[in-house]
Amino acid sequence: MAGSKTRHSVLPGFRPTMAFTLMYLGLVVLIPLAMLALHAVRMSWTEFAQTFTAPRTLAAYRLTLGGALIASCVNAVFGLLIAWVLVRYRFPGRRLLDTLVDLPFALPTAVAGIALTAIYAPTGLIGGWLARLGIQAAYSPLGIVIAMAFVSLPFVIRTTQPVLEDIDREVEEAAATLGASRFRTFTRVIFPAILPAVLAGFAMAFARAVGEYGSVVFISGNMPGRTEIVPLLIMTRLEEYDETGATAVALVLLVLSFAMLFIINLLQLWARRSTAA
Amino acid sequence: MTTLSIQPDLTPVTSRSAVAPPSPVLRWTLIIVAVGFLGITLILPLAIVFVSALEQGWHTALAALTHADARAAMRLTALIVVIAVPINVVFGVAAAWAIAKFEFRGKSVLVTLIDLPFSVSPVIAGMVFVLLFGARGAFGPWLGAHGIRIIFAWPGIALATMFVTLPFVARELIPLMQAQGHEDEEAAVSLGASGWQTFVRVTLPNIKWGLAYGTILCTARALGEFGAVSVVSGHIRGETNTLPLHVEILYNEYQFAAAFSVAGLLVGIALLTIIAKAAVQWRLQVNARASASLIEGEMTERVEWASK
Repeated sequence: MAGSKTRHSVLPGFRPTMAFTLMYLGLVVLIPLAMLALHAVRMSWTEFAQTFTAPRTLAAYRLTLGGALIASCVNAVFGLLIAWVLVRYRFPGRRLLDTLVDLPFALPTAVAGIALTAIYAPTGLIGGWLARLGIQAAYSPLGIVIAMAFVSLPFVIRTTQPVLEDIDREVEEAAATLGASRFRTFTRVIFPAILPAVLAGFAMAFARAVGEYGSVVFISGNMPGRTEIVPLLIMTRLEEYDETGATAVALVLLVLSFAMLFIINLLQLWARRSTAA
Repeated sequence: MTTLSIQPDLTPVTSRSAVAPPSPVLRWTLIIVAVGFLGITLILPLAIVFVSALEQGWHTALAALTHADARAAMRLTALIVVIAVPINVVFGVAAAWAIAKFEFRGKSVLVTLIDLPFSVSPVIAGMVFVLLFGARGAFGPWLGAHGIRIIFAWPGIALATMFVTLPFVARELIPLMQAQGHEDEEAAVSLGASGWQTFVRVTLPNIKWGLAYGTILCTARALGEFGAVSVVSGHIRGETNTLPLHVEILYNEYQFAAAFSVAGLLVGIALLTIIAKAAVQWRLQVNARASASLIEGEMTERVEWASK
């Protein structure tokens, strides 16, 4: 029968489901992405180097990677704190907050973009207050970090929560019985246990922030060389019918995505092993 | 600090005793910081959307939602959801069946490739279809000669949406079906059930909540996708604008109250999404707890559970 190549399975349906999986994944994701690589191969090395080392491209990459790094660091710290509070403490409104944490995943990014701009613009609620302190939030790199932090907020919280719930209270109790202070128990017992999950969430947040477009374009002001992120630069090149330029910029971003995917997989493997142990 | 040995007696039933009496100052400081942070980052943007939408009164908001362009955007968004979500549900179930119920080489590579759209920038997701089907793309001249439009038309928007929403259902079902193993299905097949009967009667009841969960997330993303759709849409009013693109156009034309009104509709859908997600997640947890207490019950020979 159909499943003869698979190990002793009596279940039917391997061939059709596998065939559909590979065909659909190939047609919708893999072949289109391969087109990008094909376009890149057709480009000469000097062409690629010229586009990529142009000051505008380099500035966009510095801004995007730097902004994403700051945003995911902020999310790692606050995400850990929020996960801790949601798991360990009971207070009115806790379940509501826990549900709301998913909002950035459910909210269309364009909506997030205009809402954040309204808040952080010089005429906005927080923006006006910051402006009086001499800080420009919207239409500056700070605004980009705010938008990136918003869209990637849930990752660290959602990767850390289940691990915190699973930590054996007995281990903590043992540490406390042996005379460890609460701070020491946290740094020596709890923190090592949740570190892989926090790092996995951090990496996911970083990957999401680097590729983010919708929420950032509204708040950034989009000034070439100053507040122009990489996805926007790709968009601009495409609108100029400069497919080669767009490909050169996009290729590096795509390679970075592959690298992040690999790192995230490793971190998740590590997280799974350390919780199993 | 009080002595620890007293602590377990205070909460004798649950083993969830506090290690040391937590300092209330630290506890409330952490709660206030967390609630404050979430309030500013999550609740304030929601409030701003509704306040800005109603700034010029209900009439403006209602007019923005019933405008011909807004209705065209709603129709297109609905069409995209109706195309992208069912096919990704079928894909998710098929992929999870092949991956969870069978052994084959390269399985982990396949699982990673399914995750790929999550880490690719939405702009690149749209761009690859321009390189394939755009006027100067690989199939552009052929499509042009046959009068078929994909880019700057709804098929391109559907394709870009399918790309970005591809992993949602598969991602939920693969770990769930792997955890459930294949003994139940094997028993059904050895008793003479057909493959389809086995799936509908045995597998589907086990995965229905996970399937619902993945479908909800997939629908939310399909409704709200902006970057990928923006690249392939061409922004033709009344024709190739989805709801998020319509929000952008209104905003860029300084029709803020109208933009926030349409945004308010999308916020409403997002809130329904997370409520439905929370409800489904709760069901999943109840099921997990039920099966956990089933095992526990058997171990302590509690007949009412064991007989179930």
